Amino acid sequence: MTSTTSTSTTSTPSAPAIEVEALTKVYGGLPAVDGLSFTVRPGAVTGFLGPNGAGKTTTIRMLLGLAEPTAGRALIGGRTYREHRRPATVVGSSLEPGFHPGRSGMDHLRSFAAPCGVGAARCRELVALVGLEGAEHRRVGGYSMGMRQRLGLATALLGDPPVIVLDEPANGLDPQGIVWLRHLLRQFAAEGRTVLVSSHALREVQHTVDDVVIVARGRLVHASSLASLADLAAVATYVSSPDGAALGRLVAHQAWRVAPHESGLLVHDVAAAQVGDAAFAAGVPLHRLEPRDVDLEEVFLRLTSPTSAPSATAPHPAAVR
Amino acid sequence: MGAAIRSELTKLTSTRMWWVLALAMFGYLAFIGAVMAFSLTVAAGDSTAAVAPVEGEAAATTVYGLVNAVGYAFPLLAGSLLVTGEFRHRTIAQTLLVEPRRTVVLLAKLVVSVPLGLVYGLAGTVGIVATAAPVLAWQGDGAHLGSGDVWRVLGLTVVATVLWTVIGTGFGAVLTQQVAAIVVILVFTQFVEPIARVALGAIDGLGRVAVFLPGAAADGLIGSSFFGQLGDGELLPRWAAALVMLAYAAGFALVGRLTTLRRDLG
Repeated sequence: MTSTTSTSTTSTPSAPAIEVEALTKVYGGLPAVDGLSFTVRPGAVTGFLGPNGAGKTTTIRMLLGLAEPTAGRALIGGRTYREHRRPATVVGSSLEPGFHPGRSGMDHLRSFAAPCGVGAARCRELVALVGLEGAEHRRVGGYSMGMRQRLGLATALLGDPPVIVLDEPANGLDPQGIVWLRHLLRQFAAEGRTVLVSSHALREVQHTVDDVVIVARGRLVHASSLASLADLAAVATYVSSPDGAALGRLVAHQAWRVAPHESGLLVHDVAAAQVGDAAFAAGVPLHRLEPRDVDLEEVFLRLTSPTSAPSATAPHPAAVR
Repeated sequence: MGAAIRSELTKLTSTRMWWVLALAMFGYLAFIGAVMAFSLTVAAGDSTAAVAPVEGEAAATTVYGLVNAVGYAFPLLAGSLLVTGEFRHRTIAQTLLVEPRRTVVLLAKLVVSVPLGLVYGLAGTVGIVATAAPVLAWQGDGAHLGSGDVWRVLGLTVVATVLWTVIGTGFGAVLTQQVAAIVVILVFTQFVEPIARVALGAIDGLGRVAVFLPGAAADGLIGSSFFGQLGDGELLPRWAAALVMLAYAAGFALVGRLTTLRRDLG
């Protein structure tokens, strides 16, 4: 777990980018992916987010040449997956991993090593990297969900790829596993690799990703850096006063939108500094004055809710203060 | 291509199915060999039936040839599992990720089915000779293990078993649902084809059709037929029989490539 994954391709100055262009997949007349376009840059972890059924897995399957797009294309370094001569050395990917339950973890890796151009030594290296030492000669049928995820990740890394695409890699990982995965993905990005990680829950990857691509109902609803996504979050300030009546008068005077919260009030759409200044000016004593944490999950849910209109870049009205 | 073949070999040898099935085939044919050798020698000697007894070298080749007549479900199943196992355990996605050229994946599986078939051919022939030869030597007209003709039958039986395995692999590419593939193979080999051969053979003019059934073609390749001993003597010449079997393998593989492997997978 201490060693880095790779020795060879990490010196590549810039890993290939992923470009998805007007990608569309229609199943039985219904679009699962609908004119989706986005790019994934090297040197960063990009979260590919959306509720279940938003078309994330379908997009990834088209990106990896497992499914044929109805229209549009998905490119890695300017080529489709199948146009690469040894794609597993360019793109490492793990979909919902399938394993033969009677095969050992090591044999699973060895089964796919040859087309990646690597041998048993690389398999042993990866067993160590993903923390499966001691379990690699046991049959996968006895592995926990978390161990299977680790084995799937090891399989993805066989060819030491500069581009890494993982579908819901945190599923089944325990909290320590999620922290471990976070460090690993951060390390990949620091090495200059292009990393795309899908998840149905922003919270799961919030501390891992630099950029977000958010989809709902097969369409892009938002693509930006995580910081820009935070700008869309509604501001709120928690405030409490020993003089509830005075605070009430201030709220009424300022026409703030408030909700009862703990022993005080939650003031919506107003920053803590503004609340504090107004209270000071009005002579209202405050015991608590706290900016609420930016709730990205709330932004995510709002963006992906069925009533939300798709808008790729326009800030949400709530963010306009 | 070499990498894809090595990948398939590792997949095959890293689970227990191939040798469990080979062991089952060995045991089954050892049992059949004992039963048939007894029935052609000890039992035939007791009977006063009008059926012409099978004697001499023909008795030996008839019994040894049963590897094909009753054992061909094993190599068919083993071959089909090379493909259906990937779908059942959903490893097909990983396979296509490391080798997206789907024709190469299918060809690699067909290539690997040749040594696999060799194992089954040997398991079956060794199994049947192990029990039938002592019985034939003891009660019948001898085991004839010194005869070139007998060795040719044994060798061609192994060749036929290899071809069955390749056909099974092609069939697996057509019918990827593992349970369905197993059921179809068992029903076809145990009921449909035996009945079809007898029925078609009994109808004037259709006997020529029956020889193109896969099992009949395999008998033609070996040049000895258990069914032949039952009165249906017509078989394809050896070269034509081999071509018919190869055509089945190629036909299934082609259909599998144009249907299953054209779809979105994984």
